[in-house]
Amino acid sequence: MLRKLREDRSFQGAVLISPTLLFMIGLLIIPLLLTLVISFGSRAPDGTVIYGFSFDNYVRLSGVRTECDNGKSLCLDPIYIQILSRSLSLAFNTTVLAILMAYPLAYFIARAPARKRNTFLFLILVPMWTNFIIRVYAWMMLLRTQGVINSVIGWLAGLVGLHFTPFEMLYTQGAVLVGMVYEFLPFMILPIYTSLEKIELSLYEASADLGARPFRTFLRMTLPLSIPGVVAGTILVFVPVMGTFIVSDLLGGRQIVLVGNLIQNQFLIARDPTFGSAASLMLMTLTLIVTYFYTRKFGFGEEIVTA
Amino acid sequence: MNEFCVELRDVVKRFPTPEGSEVFAVDHVTMQIKNGEFFSMLGPSGCGKTTSLRMVAGFEWPTVGEVYIEGEAMGRRPPYLRPVNTVFQSYALFPHMSVAENVAYGLEMEKTPKYEIKRRVGEILEMVKLSGMERRKPRQLSGGQQQRVALARALVKHPKVLLLDEPLGALDLKLRKEMQLELKALQQEVGITFVYVTHDQEEALTMSDRIAVMDHGRVLQIGAPVEIYERPNSRFVADFIGETNFLSGEARAIEEDRVTVYIPSLKDELVGAKAAPVNVGDQVVVSMRPEKIRLASDRALPQNCFSGIVLNTAYIGSDTRVIVDLGGAPLAVWEQNKISTLDPEAYYAPGEQVWVVVLPENALVLQDV
Repeated sequence: MLRKLREDRSFQGAVLISPTLLFMIGLLIIPLLLTLVISFGSRAPDGTVIYGFSFDNYVRLSGVRTECDNGKSLCLDPIYIQILSRSLSLAFNTTVLAILMAYPLAYFIARAPARKRNTFLFLILVPMWTNFIIRVYAWMMLLRTQGVINSVIGWLAGLVGLHFTPFEMLYTQGAVLVGMVYEFLPFMILPIYTSLEKIELSLYEASADLGARPFRTFLRMTLPLSIPGVVAGTILVFVPVMGTFIVSDLLGGRQIVLVGNLIQNQFLIARDPTFGSAASLMLMTLTLIVTYFYTRKFGFGEEIVTA
Repeated sequence: MNEFCVELRDVVKRFPTPEGSEVFAVDHVTMQIKNGEFFSMLGPSGCGKTTSLRMVAGFEWPTVGEVYIEGEAMGRRPPYLRPVNTVFQSYALFPHMSVAENVAYGLEMEKTPKYEIKRRVGEILEMVKLSGMERRKPRQLSGGQQQRVALARALVKHPKVLLLDEPLGALDLKLRKEMQLELKALQQEVGITFVYVTHDQEEALTMSDRIAVMDHGRVLQIGAPVEIYERPNSRFVADFIGETNFLSGEARAIEEDRVTVYIPSLKDELVGAKAAPVNVGDQVVVSMRPEKIRLASDRALPQNCFSGIVLNTAYIGSDTRVIVDLGGAPLAVWEQNKISTLDPEAYYAPGEQVWVVVLPENALVLQDV
């Protein structure tokens, strides 16, 4: 056995990956298959699953109804499609905002003196020490009608003698967007920083030496060479935003229902695991499709090896 | 046209250190580089040669003093507005662009028309023998090929001056020797002024029209290779360029360009050539190149002839390198093997008693600093 481990390369490989492999099979692959099976079943009155093979849940997701209020035999109820497109556009906006905020910051850190970079990276990671949910609650404190922001503005308005009606910020799309960007920004900063930091200074010098002004150098060197980081960051932000329900639950209230909330509700409130499973799988498929086309266009974040 | 292509006038560059003090990277350097010249800056690492080059390129600005290109003061002009191009030590090829795109980059920045770019890129790649490699990415090229791309990329812009920062440093010895000759030939072909930074004295001697030897941010000597090697003006230059033996002593008498030096370790006097300003009574060193010292079996001359014992020999084909114990210190002597023989008697052997003979013109008397 030991001798085999010493000499057999493929056996070494198998030993090295087996813990993760077993873990993934037991806790990812099998549950996923179960989800698939359940999604074809139907809900029993007591909330358990009647196994079967019907596409009812998927048809319901698509919004096509056979029982309609206006008496027609076929009609479209776009509620789930709306939830999906809302999730997609929120994930898209979050990603774009995160790129716009993360890029300059990552650039700044990558260009800072080497001994300061670690301090900056450390500062970016500090908020992660606090629990995810607590950080979302902090935003509620800030955004509430009687929250910190409104109080401060109200106090300032009072100083100059103006009447101030507090802003309704909490439980809006904007609040959810702010929360999402806040939660996921570090996941955009770090990969962009990594790819920017790898660009050799001499490449910038060579570009300037060959006659490129700073903006041209940015467009032709910095940007293309940092694309792998942007791609990696986009995947790290877009995918979780599509599925998260905590942020929209707390900052969006009942108003802003995302796919994540829909799934959560199906399992915990409506007690319909079959429809919840179908929605989960659809979310996964959609995320995979978006990621697939995105990475086909921009690569998989693989590094351009500096010769 | 200005006589000097590049001129550094009393240039100082100080860098702040993390501890809050300052270091002199370049300390009052003045150099005048002529049009069409192959000029080398030579010195050990940290001597200020690369910083000087970077100030010509515009990556650094002088703390004090001024850099002139074609008679024009550069001040704080950025690199993209200077008529010079650089070949970087690391090549700094753009990894996401093909060979042709790398070479075309500088021309695109000048808004050269597309057909013209195509023609000039083709021409220059042919010149550096890279035709057919246009579509390769830098990482698919060997070190020597990458080096040629870097060269082509800089030369295609027809700069007034080409700056080369140890461009052959990363190549293996054989390729480096080949590239030295090629670079020199290329420079003569294009007629562009080359300013070349290296720490390799042999490289500098092989290629340069003139060499500036630098140490600790200062220029110690500027001259043609033969001047630098045969008439070094200081102990450092004599030591850094080629190999040499030093004997310390005291100047006893000076007669025109001959200096009589008392060498305590030999308890004898040695007559040498005055290669730097020295006065009677000064502590001096005598520099003697190993190939310029002769060994003899008996006392050949009345003066400059010293008895020693062979410590060690190494036969290296063209020469036999002999180490002689001379007054308690080792002295290197290279005896050229001018006669082809297998007879061991023809070669020196350890333990042999010999006479070391050095002609006054081969013993350079320098200040001991």
